Amino acid sequence: MTFDSSLIAIFMLAAFLGYHLIRRVSSLLHSPLMSLTNAIAAVAVVGALLVLGEGEASPLARVLGFIAVTAATVNLVSGFLITDRMLKMFKPRSRDQ
Amino acid sequence: MNPHVVEIGYLVAAGLFILSLTWMSRPSTARRGVIAGEIGMLLAIVGTLVLKQVVNYELIVVALLLGSAIGVPLAYLMPMTAIPQRTALSHAFGALAVSLIGTAEFLKLPGTGPSFVSGALTFEMLLGLLTCTASLVAFCKLQEILPTRPIKFPGQSILNLAIFSTAAVGAVVLALEPQANWLLWIFIALASAFGVLLVMPIGGADMPTVIALLNAYAGIAASAMGFALRNQLLIVTGALDGASGFILALIMCKAMNRSFSNVLFGGLGQVAAPAPGAGQRPVRSTSMEDAALQLEHASRVVVVPGYGMAVAQAQHKVSELYRSLTAKGVEVRFAIHPVAGRMPGHMNVLLAEANVPYDHLVEMDDVNGEMAAIDIALVIGANDVVNPAARDPKSLIGGMPIIDVDHARQVMVIKRGMNPGFAGIDNEIYYLDKTQMLFGDAKDFVSGMAKSLSGANGGH
Repeated sequence: MTFDSSLIAIFMLAAFLGYHLIRRVSSLLHSPLMSLTNAIAAVAVVGALLVLGEGEASPLARVLGFIAVTAATVNLVSGFLITDRMLKMFKPRSRDQ
Repeated sequence: MNPHVVEIGYLVAAGLFILSLTWMSRPSTARRGVIAGEIGMLLAIVGTLVLKQVVNYELIVVALLLGSAIGVPLAYLMPMTAIPQRTALSHAFGALAVSLIGTAEFLKLPGTGPSFVSGALTFEMLLGLLTCTASLVAFCKLQEILPTRPIKFPGQSILNLAIFSTAAVGAVVLALEPQANWLLWIFIALASAFGVLLVMPIGGADMPTVIALLNAYAGIAASAMGFALRNQLLIVTGALDGASGFILALIMCKAMNRSFSNVLFGGLGQVAAPAPGAGQRPVRSTSMEDAALQLEHASRVVVVPGYGMAVAQAQHKVSELYRSLTAKGVEVRFAIHPVAGRMPGHMNVLLAEANVPYDHLVEMDDVNGEMAAIDIALVIGANDVVNPAARDPKSLIGGMPIIDVDHARQVMVIKRGMNPGFAGIDNEIYYLDKTQMLFGDAKDFVSGMAKSLSGANGGH
């Protein structure tokens, strides 16, 4: 497989976009932001599923894949749920009274 | 399933993740962002499961169920004061997944010769493994399984550098000639060991920066996996996560006027020697009832919370005090320093949990401009972030932006005793004529003030 510059271009654009999106996030929400990006990054589960689900995977690959799918699932489930739990607590004054 | 359909599913998922972060910018739209992220994740997982190369479903189902069975209680039972620990743990899990996938993919390579893929995979393993063990150590420190203070020994930096360079050389050799022999296992051991050594010398107050930095590493490792698997969704997501971590780390560093290398390779924290004369100079102190009375008669109050508030679990009592004072017509706001607490945004989450409306949480820069018009600045469990020594360039914390509580008309500091803060520097604030020390446990003291206020209210 050869070098593919389009992948680098995608990375650069995404990093640039990420920089500008995150800059706009209010510092109020930095904790939930961290747990949200963590949950989203658990999309690595895609790679883990490919390892675990492959037909001719070796026993070692299956063990590694199994742990990886479990760890990523823990992150995505707890990440989204706890982000929402935190965000529910942020109330403006108007709704408080 | 047609792989092109799955490709489109991945693209839509990437779009939803970007929308999710866009909506995260404001509290009013943030929960919509979570839903967008969840739909994106569902699309990505379902899309992968219907790919024709995925044939073994039994183990996948077991792993997904097991992960959910751990994840759901983790999300609902975790107290809000433990959010920094949970975040460190989730970075460890994420990095673990990434490094195991990298290892499994790498084991398929031997005999193929050097390639773009072998380079991406060794980079992914190096970064993933060190992030995983570093996050575990951060978790242990935050959970106080390991001591929070910096753990240092002579020659530490040289040892760290030697281990990291050996691991990096190993990565290059493995990338040039993929092989599943002793070299791979030594490389794995060295990369993991480096992560442990990296975080050992870091003290509690530097945790916000370290957690953000580990977040960035985890993101970049995930991106590297995307390069190896030629999966654009993983590249985009990893880049977004990495960018987020780096920006938060930069904000934290700026809020302490320090560089990344200064945080990682020490400086602050190792000298805990008390400043000369500390604890001997006279201070003014006052009682709960008197402090409550003064607060009641102020018209504008700013509360400056710090990690001490989290340790004492005082946020609910602080919120009670806030409500009593507001009910009496006192304007109360909370000034949040970016590095107060153990992770970015830590204080905001705690106060939101205690039902303080978020429009009363103000940033350092916004409150400093009007500090002269504040009647009382009430400092709860914060020390270095209000220390005027930061204005002296020669000080250990010189140049660190602080909340200028000494510009307020009166200052009250709730503190257990006269011990200096994390940086080990005495705080001039305590000795000012306009400062009153409120000695005691933050939770008990605030609760006492709130009671005293409501009692006075009942007497009218």
